[in-house]
Amino acid sequence: MTSAAPAILAQGLTKRFHDFTAVDHLDLTIDKGEVVGFIGPNGAGKSTAIRMLCGLLRPSEGHASVAGFDVGRQPEAVREHIGYMSQKFSLYGDLTVRENLRFFGGIYRVPRRDIGEQMAFAISMAGLEGREDALVRTLAGGWKQRLALGCAILHRPPVLFLDEPTSGVEPEARRRFWDLIHEMAAGGVTTLVSTHYMDEAEYCNRIALIDRGKLIAIGSPRELRGRQLGGELYEIGCAPLGAALNALTGAPGVVEAAIFGDKLHVVLGAGGLGAADLPDFLGARGIHADPAHRVTPSLEDVFVQLVSGDREERVVS
Amino acid sequence: MNVRRLFALAFKETLQVWRDPRSLAIALLMPLMQMALLGYGVSLDIKHVPLCIYDQENSQESHAVVEHFVSSSWFSISRTLDRQADLRNAIDRGECSAAIVIPVDFSRALATTGTASIQAIFDATDVNTTNIALGYAQGTIAQANAQIAAQWAAAHGVRPSLVGRVDLEPSTWFNETLDSRNFIIPGVVAVILALVGAQLTSLTISREWERGTMEQLISTPVTALEVMLGKLIPYFVIGLVDAGFCLAGAVFWFGVPFRGNVGTLFVTTVLFLIVVLGIGYLISVRIRSQLGASQIALLVTLLPTTLLSGYTFPIDQMPAPIRALSLVVYPRYYVTILRAIFLKGSSLADLWTPLLGLTAYALIIIWLAARAFRKRLD
Repeated sequence: MTSAAPAILAQGLTKRFHDFTAVDHLDLTIDKGEVVGFIGPNGAGKSTAIRMLCGLLRPSEGHASVAGFDVGRQPEAVREHIGYMSQKFSLYGDLTVRENLRFFGGIYRVPRRDIGEQMAFAISMAGLEGREDALVRTLAGGWKQRLALGCAILHRPPVLFLDEPTSGVEPEARRRFWDLIHEMAAGGVTTLVSTHYMDEAEYCNRIALIDRGKLIAIGSPRELRGRQLGGELYEIGCAPLGAALNALTGAPGVVEAAIFGDKLHVVLGAGGLGAADLPDFLGARGIHADPAHRVTPSLEDVFVQLVSGDREERVVS
Repeated sequence: MNVRRLFALAFKETLQVWRDPRSLAIALLMPLMQMALLGYGVSLDIKHVPLCIYDQENSQESHAVVEHFVSSSWFSISRTLDRQADLRNAIDRGECSAAIVIPVDFSRALATTGTASIQAIFDATDVNTTNIALGYAQGTIAQANAQIAAQWAAAHGVRPSLVGRVDLEPSTWFNETLDSRNFIIPGVVAVILALVGAQLTSLTISREWERGTMEQLISTPVTALEVMLGKLIPYFVIGLVDAGFCLAGAVFWFGVPFRGNVGTLFVTTVLFLIVVLGIGYLISVRIRSQLGASQIALLVTLLPTTLLSGYTFPIDQMPAPIRALSLVVYPRYYVTILRAIFLKGSSLADLWTPLLGLTAYALIIIWLAARAFRKRLD
């Protein structure tokens, strides 16, 4: 791998299944040592994109390179240089922790003099000391995930693809998992990790928002949050929520209104309604409303805004 | 091809078989059960044909004839009748499948004309048994005739050898006792190995797909050839063990004579195992569920093997189109080879025709299997 080449590069990467386009002309450049989060709803095309980058699916169009190797022409060289954790747990449940590690160590040809040390590292990382001889199917979810990560990094790959590694894992274990990823990133490992937990996006250096197979935004969490929402974001408690949403959508000065938990998030542009006008505006329509607060937009706000904007554009065009 | 990866795969597969009760049962229990079932159950020998005797005369002469049937192990007397009507009843009820009727003037005819007839009646619903029982009856009567002739000669002071006759001196080679078991058991071994071998490997790839472990495996640099060999090696060892069990059972339990060379047996068995395991592997690559794959493997092996391998139904007697079809039924080659090695002590050179068929088969299967597995999800 030359130092100039990006760790992961995708150009116009597209996957179609019959008449359904799962990934639509994805362009992505990820540098060495970056932790990039793939964020999007279920079915957005995250797994399909990752599988193409690993050489498990053949792209319908476009091309990709990983660790400096062309995915289409040098798939085995790519596989030597990546670690992959699939969305579904895919270690051998009928083998013990140690047997799984030894198997992947053999498959990746980890040098024999290193294998003991590497296995010990993976076991301690996964917090599985004392359970080395337990059958993997008897382990709890968080342990399984960390062991899967341990197997994926046993051969010290420069590039990691983690497909929803923390789904179904309790919050404490998720945090430990992310600590591990950052430790590896500090050692120069590039990581592309998909998740549908918005809060996990904050752990990434950069976030790639993906919806319906398209990359709709990419940048650091701070950049994405700071992006113009088209106005200021306010949070307002009101009841009933549905009626309030209907009343505000399309009202003068309202750029965007969306339900956020048990409150509404409203983006107000220049002209039209001001924040102070909102309770009266809603009260006049028989909706009880508290005063509005200005809030810092979360990534979810940004995502909702970007996705709805993107969809409107598509409807117009 | 990397030895380290090959070893990792083979070791992992061995552990999985060892911990999977279903695979283990197929590997070790199924051959033993089938050996007992087919070895004991399938026999073409017909002995102790149930026979009714209706002796209308009840003379010393007629008793002498009946005695030949009583003392023969081909027949066992199930009933002695007194009335013609009972005869029909006995056959209808299945009390006997043959009956001997000695007429009321038997001894008088014998004494006055020198010849007498007795009637033999057969229940011919089972043609095969009837033919054989008919042969037995003729043989028994021939013995009785010889005795009558000898007594007549003695009574008239004539040396029996002066009566002109031709004797056939039969010599049955390779299966001197004409025991059909010696002929069937080697075939049974071939059938069992064909069934069990394909069953075992039919699970190997489909198990990875079904359990979701395949996605992880194909994301590694392992090659398709390494996957194939790494998975087949443990089953090859199991197959050899099974073959050893079955062949030893044939010799030491069922007492089939073994006149061949162990080396010849080994070489041909290895060749057959390659074909059998390869076919199971091919099915496993195509069918992504374990149940589906094992069903297909059963379908593909069971019927052709039992019907067209020649292990019970002689291929020579089949109509030409079926005979041609049997050429693709690979166990037929091994059935032929095993019989020849066991009973005739044939060498590899003697066996070149079935060996050619088996070798061609093995090469085709290896070629197909090596190309079958794709490291892709789509």
